[in-house]
Amino acid sequence: MSKELKVKKIRNGTVIDHIPPGRAMDIIKILNVNMEEDTVLIAVNVDSSKMGKKDIIKIEGKLLERDEVDKVAIVAPEATVNIIKDYEVVKKFKVKPPETVEGVIKCPNPNCITNDEREPVRTRFVLESDDPPVYRCEYCERLVEADRLPDLIR
Amino acid sequence: MFHVISIRDFSRDDIERVLERAREMEEVYETGDDRLEGKILCTLFFAPSTRTRLSFESAMLRLGGDVISMVGKEAASTAKGENLADTVRTVQHYCDVIVLRHPKEGAARLAAEYSSVPVINAGDGANQHPTQTLLDLYTIVKEKGRIEGLRVGVLGDLKYARTVHSLVQALAEFGARIYLISPPELRIPEHVRVDIEGKAEVTETEDVTEVLPELDVLYVTRIQREMFPDPEEFEKVKGSYKITRRMIEEYADDDLVILHPLPRVDEIEPDVDELPQARYFDQVRNGVVVRMALLDLILNG
Ligand SMILES: [Zn+2]
Repeated sequence: MSKELKVKKIRNGTVIDHIPPGRAMDIIKILNVNMEEDTVLIAVNVDSSKMGKKDIIKIEGKLLERDEVDKVAIVAPEATVNIIKDYEVVKKFKVKPPETVEGVIKCPNPNCITNDEREPVRTRFVLESDDPPVYRCEYCERLVEADRLPDLIR
Repeated sequence: MFHVISIRDFSRDDIERVLERAREMEEVYETGDDRLEGKILCTLFFAPSTRTRLSFESAMLRLGGDVISMVGKEAASTAKGENLADTVRTVQHYCDVIVLRHPKEGAARLAAEYSSVPVINAGDGANQHPTQTLLDLYTIVKEKGRIEGLRVGVLGDLKYARTVHSLVQALAEFGARIYLISPPELRIPEHVRVDIEGKAEVTETEDVTEVLPELDVLYVTRIQREMFPDPEEFEKVKGSYKITRRMIEEYADDDLVILHPLPRVDEIEPDVDELPQARYFDQVRNGVVVRMALLDLILNG
């Protein structure tokens, strides 16, 4: 029996598929999922024909907006999103790098003011160029390649 | 114009507006003025830079304003006691404009977010120093009458001196032809080069004498130890380039203008100073003029 079959179907909600193995919890953090209230199915290390192994997240009852879901691209640039209504996929898309990333990422520059714990400041990165995606810290203005972001999650 | 945090926030029009106002300030610099009477500028220097601070204070005084300041040990002990956000929220009530220098990158952006009065960035770590960039541009325009089509050489630490990055990006935007001259270890970062190559003709070389005959402007920078993440790397490159009197006499055009942000270490031999091409001490006056222009634009509109 394939391991994938163990992940229950949801009626209404959002499915995030093709997450690199082990990154599901980072995505839960990024999406501000409320672990006390929301119904969430998390599958880790599921067999995948494309990726070998992958994680899957299913959030029951929440139809996430495109802007919000794109934040997933920070750790899972290849992720696909399925919006489910009445057990049917009504919308399916690949995530793309978000225009801005606020709060979740730590600036890699140790001398950046956002790394001074005494200061009341959230980090803010703005997409500077696509292909490959590069972000710029709004504070110290340092450039950060998007593929470094997963290691910079707070 | 409200805050002055990064040259990246300035459009070409914004820059031209500052240069235009600076031209008007040339006369006011001589005569003095009272247009900022009753206004108070506060210099908040968490990292030392006496020249920059004096330049701002002189600019404010020439426009009839007043100056208060927190510098040196006083600023250092404040920094130990409270965070920058709190300092700014306090100091904003003492003054009409804050001039901030801080050792951390992004400090001025943070300060601006918490301040009800305009914040001018006088240097945030190794990041931005927008008034330096503006005064460099003003000096070039004043000396040469234009930027477009000028052949401008930038010599020195093009890797870590980020105010140089701001300068070449602005020069490219204004249509100068740019010569990047540095030892191989101090080449300009790839992303900056790609950025300016999209807008201007760019030549890279290690040998200043090779391009010197072509140049209208030579901008020399010093190697700053504090910009280097690795002290060994600094030891390897310090003193690796020097402009000598013989070089200028032999290769340079009579109309060449040599600039340097000062203070100089050993990048320009002292006996270059007497040559007609040496203009770096005039640049200091232009710094005051440009800061007068900014203060006038910010506080008077
Ligand atoms: Zn930063």
